[in-house]
Amino acid sequence: MEALVDNSGVKRYLVTINVNGDDYTRIVKANTLLVNFIRDELDLTGTKKGCELGDCGSCTVLMDGKPVNSCIVLAVEADGHKFTTVEGVAQNENLDRLQESFVDNAAVQCGYCTPGMIMSAKALLTRNPQPTEEEVREAISGNLCRCTGYVNIVKAILAAASE
Amino acid sequence: MYLPDFEYHMPATIQEACALLAEKGQVAKVLAGGTDLLNKMKHGLVAPAVLISLKQLEQLSNIEYEEGKGVLIGARATHNAICNSKLLQEKYLSICEAAHHMANNQIRNVGTIGGNISNAVPSADLPPILMALDASITLVGTKGERVMALEEFFVGPGKTLLAPDEIIAQIVIPDQSCTGSTYIKFGLRRSGALAVVGVAVAVTMDGNVCKDARIVLGAVAPVPMRAPKAEAMIIGKAISDDLLEEVGVCASTECKPIDDIRGSAEYRRDMVRVFTKRALRKAINEGHV
Repeated sequence: MEALVDNSGVKRYLVTINVNGDDYTRIVKANTLLVNFIRDELDLTGTKKGCELGDCGSCTVLMDGKPVNSCIVLAVEADGHKFTTVEGVAQNENLDRLQESFVDNAAVQCGYCTPGMIMSAKALLTRNPQPTEEEVREAISGNLCRCTGYVNIVKAILAAASE
Repeated sequence: MYLPDFEYHMPATIQEACALLAEKGQVAKVLAGGTDLLNKMKHGLVAPAVLISLKQLEQLSNIEYEEGKGVLIGARATHNAICNSKLLQEKYLSICEAAHHMANNQIRNVGTIGGNISNAVPSADLPPILMALDASITLVGTKGERVMALEEFFVGPGKTLLAPDEIIAQIVIPDQSCTGSTYIKFGLRRSGALAVVGVAVAVTMDGNVCKDARIVLGAVAPVPMRAPKAEAMIIGKAISDDLLEEVGVCASTECKPIDDIRGSAEYRRDMVRVFTKRALRKAINEGHV
């Protein structure tokens, strides 16, 4: 990873991060968080910032297919990895069946937790296409919905799995 | 919430990392998963001027078996890598289960076993089961390598014997004669909650007689602790409900819990009694679970 030092002595790093299939090469500071890289540098604002401490799961993205909280990953540490954000779940304007299922089951109230919920659920269904209700609840246990709309979220994920 | 500025290093070898630690001194911290460190930095609880990333030290993520040594878990292995390791599932499902009941999926994909140990939080979930299985840790520093029993590593909350220039490289679980082991935990939620009480046990059974036992209590003392009197009470005896109750009572008198936001000392003490009993019964009847 190449480092650049400006006139005031601040060091910056050249990172290449793959998001939703595209490689983005950008210059970041060491303290740039992945969530800010995604939202501010790439303008992909579907990924939400909630607690910013890795507790709420709003900022969940998939890192090499696995859900992680992008608020506690450094952009320099993300260099060379592949990420999927909620913008990368739909294919060519068509919502993923999981997203359709969230709509059909009214699994969205205020919507703030939804992108994170979709990412955790997507990772689950990729790994385990026929999960039990218990497995669904376990998989989204790192995603907090403060509207407490869990019942319909679980229903939506199970319905997407059974299609 | 943004992070303060810091100097970032990504050494290519563990020796280089140790040399950097020695050179930079107390202002430097090692960054593995970052699930704990970056949070503390956001809160201003720690403000390291230098972060030394282990990102390039891929070999520290390995989980493998070495004849004569036992199971070797690299310090950078994530909690989910431990949960999903076929080797660990076959040999010590109890370690996989302990890792699986930590935090939540997103944290388990990033957080590492080395981080969990080096933080030395009294309620940490992995140290009790590792101590019950007599694990040792390998520390690498500028002067070379040293190995110590995990049990001796913890000094107090957040305090360990790790020297300023050292990095935890590996956790070693020696070949076991024990027939069963388990870790059970009580948290206020099933996910994303710290242990109020955690009890790990390893037992060696011969028929109904307990030949050997190790009982480790978490979240009820400044460090994860063995319960030697309770262990002595069960070794050499035939298992009965009365005996397990006595052992549980004994363990509850040995622990040194405090009152905090998650539970009172009195409650924790009684939970140690119940969980010691349950953990022993589980390891005796079900093996490594």
